[in-house]
Amino acid sequence: MTYLTKLSAAALSELLISREVSAVEATRAHLDHITAVDTDLHAFLHVAGDAALATAAQIDARRAAGDALNPLAGVPIAIKDVLATQDMPTTAGSKILEGWVPPYDATVVARLRAAGLVPLGKTNMDEFAMGSSTEHSAYGITRNPWDRDRIPGGSGGGSAAAVASFQAPLALGSDTGGSIRQPAAVTGSVGVKPTYGGVSRYGAIALASSLDQVGPVSRTVYDAALLHDVIGGHDPLDSTSLTDGWPSMAAAARDGLKDGALRGVRIGVIKELSGDGFQAGVTQRFNETLALLVSAGAEITEVSAPNFEYAVAAYYLILPAEASSNLARFDSVRFGIRVNPESGSLTSEHVMSATREAGFGPEVKRRIILGTYALSAGYYDAYYGSAQKVRTLIQRDFAAAFSQVDVLMSPSAPTTAFKFGEKLADPMAMYINDVTTIPANLAGVPGMSIPIGLAPEDGLPVGLQIMAPAKADARLYTVGAAIEQLLESSWGHTMLSQAPALTPTEMFASEEGAV
Amino acid sequence: MANSELMDFDKALELFEPVLGFEVHVELNTKTKMFCGCANEFGSGANTNTCPTCLGLPGGLPQVNKKALESSIRLGLALGCEIAEHSRFARKNYFYPDTAKNFQTSQYDDPICHDGSITIELESGRLVTVEIERAHMEDDAGKLTHMGGATGRIQGADYSLVDYNRGGVPLVEIVTQMIEGAEHDAPEIGKTYVAAIREIAKALGVSNARMEEGNVRCDANVSLRPRGSNVLGTRTETKNVNSLRSVERAVRYEIQRQAAVLHAGGTITQETRHWHEDTGITSAGRPKSDADDYRYFPEPDLLPMAPSREWVEELRLTLPEPPAARRKRLQAAWGFVNLEFQDVVNSDLLDAVEATVAAGASAQSARKWWTGEIARLANVAGVAADSLVTPAQLAALIALVEAGTLTDRLARQVLEGVIAGEGTPAEVVERRGLAVVSDDGALIAAIDAALLGQPDVLAKIRDGKVQAAGAVIGAVMKAMRGQADAARVRELVLERAATIE
Repeated sequence: MTYLTKLSAAALSELLISREVSAVEATRAHLDHITAVDTDLHAFLHVAGDAALATAAQIDARRAAGDALNPLAGVPIAIKDVLATQDMPTTAGSKILEGWVPPYDATVVARLRAAGLVPLGKTNMDEFAMGSSTEHSAYGITRNPWDRDRIPGGSGGGSAAAVASFQAPLALGSDTGGSIRQPAAVTGSVGVKPTYGGVSRYGAIALASSLDQVGPVSRTVYDAALLHDVIGGHDPLDSTSLTDGWPSMAAAARDGLKDGALRGVRIGVIKELSGDGFQAGVTQRFNETLALLVSAGAEITEVSAPNFEYAVAAYYLILPAEASSNLARFDSVRFGIRVNPESGSLTSEHVMSATREAGFGPEVKRRIILGTYALSAGYYDAYYGSAQKVRTLIQRDFAAAFSQVDVLMSPSAPTTAFKFGEKLADPMAMYINDVTTIPANLAGVPGMSIPIGLAPEDGLPVGLQIMAPAKADARLYTVGAAIEQLLESSWGHTMLSQAPALTPTEMFASEEGAV
Repeated sequence: MANSELMDFDKALELFEPVLGFEVHVELNTKTKMFCGCANEFGSGANTNTCPTCLGLPGGLPQVNKKALESSIRLGLALGCEIAEHSRFARKNYFYPDTAKNFQTSQYDDPICHDGSITIELESGRLVTVEIERAHMEDDAGKLTHMGGATGRIQGADYSLVDYNRGGVPLVEIVTQMIEGAEHDAPEIGKTYVAAIREIAKALGVSNARMEEGNVRCDANVSLRPRGSNVLGTRTETKNVNSLRSVERAVRYEIQRQAAVLHAGGTITQETRHWHEDTGITSAGRPKSDADDYRYFPEPDLLPMAPSREWVEELRLTLPEPPAARRKRLQAAWGFVNLEFQDVVNSDLLDAVEATVAAGASAQSARKWWTGEIARLANVAGVAADSLVTPAQLAALIALVEAGTLTDRLARQVLEGVIAGEGTPAEVVERRGLAVVSDDGALIAAIDAALLGQPDVLAKIRDGKVQAAGAVIGAVMKAMRGQADAARVRELVLERAATIE
């Protein structure tokens, strides 16, 4: 049943609906594949095999009974460990939450369950989503399926690796400064950060409340759209959730497959997100894609976003400031691990301190200290206050750009996947990796990363970032699906069919043979 | 310097000018908490009214309680405040185990209400206007119980329990401007100001306003300025003074204590102080400097609020008459002397008397019954007077007395019947057969019999010794088993004595 894991969610959904394949079979195929490959890749922190099979059996029973089900009912999904799940441990990649099982489901998880998707387990991530490589997880690294010595991106490296290695057709991620889009780019998968407020944050363990957004991870644009339709929409439990009605993202993606979908689309290329610091092969694939778009009738304009220059600096003040406050609740009093001090009295202050000392990793501590400092009296205006002003300027840059073009484009990340340890000693090098993705979070606009080929120098995936105005997520899906179709027809295959084999079966059996 | 060293109050006032400031926390009586759907309820089992949001669990998010916002605006309007066109929440960051998120969701730069004032009247008749700087919304902390120690305080305790039921309960914190010129009235100003806030909150119905349950809590700031100086002294903040009398005592104590310290050449430490109800002293808490750094920043999980002007004006129309003005109006309308009126106010029976008068009773009768017999019965039963009978029932009872159907003595029996649930006053009269006998025929027969049975008394009455009639009246009342109007009996006795053969 290996072939079942190779299918897109949409293709699997058709087989499930026609009852050619049962949800139990689909789930078992994915669980078997996880068993085969994940000891090595380590995309999952927790696999809930029995629960997944039980859920799948319920879906099969409901389908047999003729219940009206969501198209994705019975499709397996992986969930980033930042999302609260009441039947699985939720650690956010941190030791401080080791073994914690929340008493509730995040809204997006509840919506997945209501739609009949089958949660397979929880995926690895940088601790509290702080990082671009998943190396900051307290539970070990996740390997990139394209090159096992390289990072899968971060913070959502687990979700991206799980999808790219066919352990799940879909996954949920969260994106504060690129944690969905950058892992998608370096693993050759698709990732979407919706408009801020488009998807509920209730039950998503907060990193930076004003930047965080939950979104879909998949292998095709259409699959991401199907998942977006399940998780999106207003949630009264999240006060920042938009009350707008949303068009179907799946319908928008289907529009992108129509002839001439790209004709007359005005595309802005951001001048500031190119050139120095961008790997040659990344720039090359990006430019080739633009040329292809022109040939498909799109209009390309260069636009300037002068304040993007300050985006990383502003981001690394706003994020740590909010994080320092959001992470204050991890104090051993109500949940999570408790560590007593080695010496001194057992006051709550000492226990809190010892717990946080032992429970938080170095990157988390670094950011808590940064944020505490940035919010301190006397520094607030210079740091947090100035950063908020930059944020306003970046929003204006976007507004000016979107007055001229329909979508903006840049490479999703300046480089392809780097090697483990390469940037660990230099936090600034790690932070600057997010230069392309951070502006969208600061402005609250939606962004998508889709694969556009392999960099010639290292044979690793390159991602294209597409950004649209706030609330115009549907436009991303139309344009994204059109480009994906254009590229695949020019290549004659999908991106991920190029990925190296991970198991002996895969090495010797073709897809056709497996069927 | 020991706490026991105090300067005489008058001497302290000779040397120093007290400067005051108050922060009063009013707990709102909304059905649910400030930022989640949990019940805002006193007395539930520990940690039962909790959810991921008010427990500060990872992933929990706040939602603003609209009723709490409404109550805060109404409270602000009643305090003469401006209602901000744009207001937002801010996080006040500090670690303490009773604060689940380890930050309080409060307001900083943009409080919902600002720049108000109320005028209070002291017993001397002096009017003092207290300027309100701001009234802002925030969530309450949970409750810590320190176990194992002798004092119930954290010092010496073996461990502490925390109950988050109160965590997230909506509060409005009302902050005054500096109050100067209080002089000898400083302690009374403290008491009267807090009483006024409590009364306003109660009249609005936004809080249960019971100080003994912590619905209204006062932090009192006191500093002393040497006479002739224009430099403010260092202030102390005495926390959680939870009765009106304690506010008065704590302010007085701090003035006397600080004066003694300063006069002896010492300095006042800027600090919080604890009030000890039993010993009547304050003791040092934690140092508090203006540079206390709570790292306030706008709460990113909540959107800024912009209460529409139309809504604010609608809410303004719902404000009750200001309590002080209402008291003035009622006292004048009822014609009560100060002592009578204070009796009603202090017994918390203003509403009851007003409603009884509205139901047709005379003000004096209503006052007499509520503060007299009903208050006595309530005291015996250990309940509130206005829980025993309704104003309408009492008004009906008073009407029966005034119509002569009942004597006061009979009316007390009827009242007991009403309280016992035997029905309306008229029904109780009917069932117990308690009506005054007003049939003069039966009375005259009884009077004649009594007069003829005591000829010496009859003679005395005829001689003009009217007081002798008492003996006959007593005999008649006895014969009628008390069911006669004594005044009517007296009238008839005198009449019959003159004419009887």
